[in-house]
Amino acid sequence: MPDHSPGAGVRVRDLTKRFGSAARPAVDAVSLDVRPGEFMTFLGPSGSGKTTTLNMIAGLEGVTGGEIRIGDRDVAALPAHRRDLGVVFQQYALFPHMTAAQNVAFPLRRRKLPKAEIAERVARTLDLVRLGDHADRLPRKLSGGQQQRVALARAIVFDPRVLLMDEPLGALDKKLREQLQIEIARLHRELGVTVIFVTHDQEEALALSDRIAVFNEGRIEQVGTASDLYERPATRFVAAFLGDSNAFEGTLSGGRLAGDGLDLRAPATDLPDGSRAALIVRPERLRLSGAPGSGDNAVSADVTDIVYQGAFRKVLIRFGNGGAGCVREAIGALSDIAPGDRVTVHWSPDHAVLVPA
Amino acid sequence: MSRVSWPLRAVTALVAVWLVVPTLIVIPLSFTDRASFAFPPKGWSLRYYERFFTDSGWLIALFNSAQLALIVTVVATALGSAASFALVRSRFRGAGALNGLLMAPIVVPTIIVAIAVYATFLRWGLVGTAAGFVLAHTVLATPYVIVTVTSALRTFDRRLERAAASLGATPWATLRHVTLPLILPGVASGAVFAFVTSFDEVVVSLFIQSPELQTLPVRMFSGVTNEVDPTIAAASTVVVAITTALILLPQLLRRNTDHA
Ligand SMILES: Nc1ncnc2c1ncn2[C@@H]1O[C@H](COP(=O)(O)OP(=O)(O)OP(=O)(O)O)[C@@H](O)[C@H]1O
Ligand SMILES: [Mg+2]
Repeated sequence: MPDHSPGAGVRVRDLTKRFGSAARPAVDAVSLDVRPGEFMTFLGPSGSGKTTTLNMIAGLEGVTGGEIRIGDRDVAALPAHRRDLGVVFQQYALFPHMTAAQNVAFPLRRRKLPKAEIAERVARTLDLVRLGDHADRLPRKLSGGQQQRVALARAIVFDPRVLLMDEPLGALDKKLREQLQIEIARLHRELGVTVIFVTHDQEEALALSDRIAVFNEGRIEQVGTASDLYERPATRFVAAFLGDSNAFEGTLSGGRLAGDGLDLRAPATDLPDGSRAALIVRPERLRLSGAPGSGDNAVSADVTDIVYQGAFRKVLIRFGNGGAGCVREAIGALSDIAPGDRVTVHWSPDHAVLVPA
Repeated sequence: MSRVSWPLRAVTALVAVWLVVPTLIVIPLSFTDRASFAFPPKGWSLRYYERFFTDSGWLIALFNSAQLALIVTVVATALGSAASFALVRSRFRGAGALNGLLMAPIVVPTIIVAIAVYATFLRWGLVGTAAGFVLAHTVLATPYVIVTVTSALRTFDRRLERAAASLGATPWATLRHVTLPLILPGVASGAVFAFVTSFDEVVVSLFIQSPELQTLPVRMFSGVTNEVDPTIAAASTVVVAITTALILLPQLLRRNTDHA
């Protein structure tokens, strides 16, 4: 990321939101640093607090506790209309009584820019989202994708230093989503603005983000690049939420993880002896061999099914302890097995990760 | 239009006719050339319109009513809109009860309102005053504004206000540029109802009128009880024309913007 990025960093500390007398806070002491110019995605299941966190940053939702800084400014006391952030909503939220151009001009009018400059910036920004020739249409005469482009233009036309987007593509069909993902990535590159993007679509998160914050039950489970999260999940939730994984549970003791008839070598960890933990291995890191057996980095399993998926096949297995798992094999490196076979799965110790159970 | 079965259409048409015919009968009556209410009239003339528009008593009453209705429209629309915001936007204890109270002038029989107003105005010295008329008619007209503005506000998408705030609009600018323009049809029909309510109000007005301050409906009512004068039919036709035009106005405007 270039140092001269016009985007601002966003720093969140112990941000908490409790709605009314709800038993559990909707957002629970979330801390996060978004770097200037970074594309940060909030990923997580429904109800995990992504929107609430975003709205608190935008100033659209009151804060129960914690601190938010944008650039070098504490924005706690600033109402939404003075935070200077671009916000794109899932349902577009275009003003239905204004044309596309009037919608885009709205934030500039509120900032009392000269008329000529407003006209020039509106035209330039509509061109940027490829809507130059729809300037005089009312929103209801635009398609969903076009409406969302107007919303995008309206959110960036005043050069905000941070752009917040809450599932901006959620209402669009797959083809349009992919097209707009490319445009959003391009805008992020060209403008250098900091983006915080909410989605519960993994593929979208992986395609767009510099880093991803995984939300669960009002907390951030882990923040990292796509490969960090995939290769080094910090929690069982992250391992399960992003892609498939195999998990072996047991109790840690003297560098080993034992339980449920297994006794495996544990990777280096900060977890104390005696704690419950799970060893996580991704399906493409597992190798199959025909003879049953187990060892430091191996367990025996029964093949239950084999599913072909283009360049890969997925071998579904059941471990001795009853747990289900899967192995992904590239076509061209297939082992000679069939459903019903008893096999051994093994892995390199580098590819196993230990997480708290 | 969606498919509606013909028996339903027939019943609807019948009800419409039932509601409108008595009003329409007065129109031919007003064009009679006799000094009686014979229906249908034997001969036609405009003499009662001439009398209406040249008699200073009728003209003053028309002018009083129009002026009063305009003031009531402004006051009731402002008060009713503000009350609607409070009712829809804030959650406070007793909001339901307050709403019921504000609707009371529509629900309570007008004659009871009239007696109550009369008794109060006697004490306050408001009987026969312009201020008294404005006050009484505003009480009667405001509920209609509340009904229309409240329903406009209930269907208004509040996410637009959040979007406006995120784009740098102060709460006042948001109200002016986003909320008000979008609930304007509701406010406008409330204003029309308020005007019409005041313009053809007769019961309360009869109680608080004075010989010096008469509204058109009051004068018409006195006319009917005292003599048989087809000028009253002409006056009625004028009232019908004005109120019909006003009620159709918002619909015509809406149709125009829809097809723009
Ligand atoms: N206005 C509100 N009043 C009460 N509870 C709320 C309110 N808004 C959100 N919540 C609760 O807060 C929690 C987090 O909601 P939030 O909308 O932030 O989730 P999300 O991660 O954005 O989910 P989704 O993916 O479905 O949009 C949920 O349990 C939700 O029910
Ligand atoms: Mg959400």
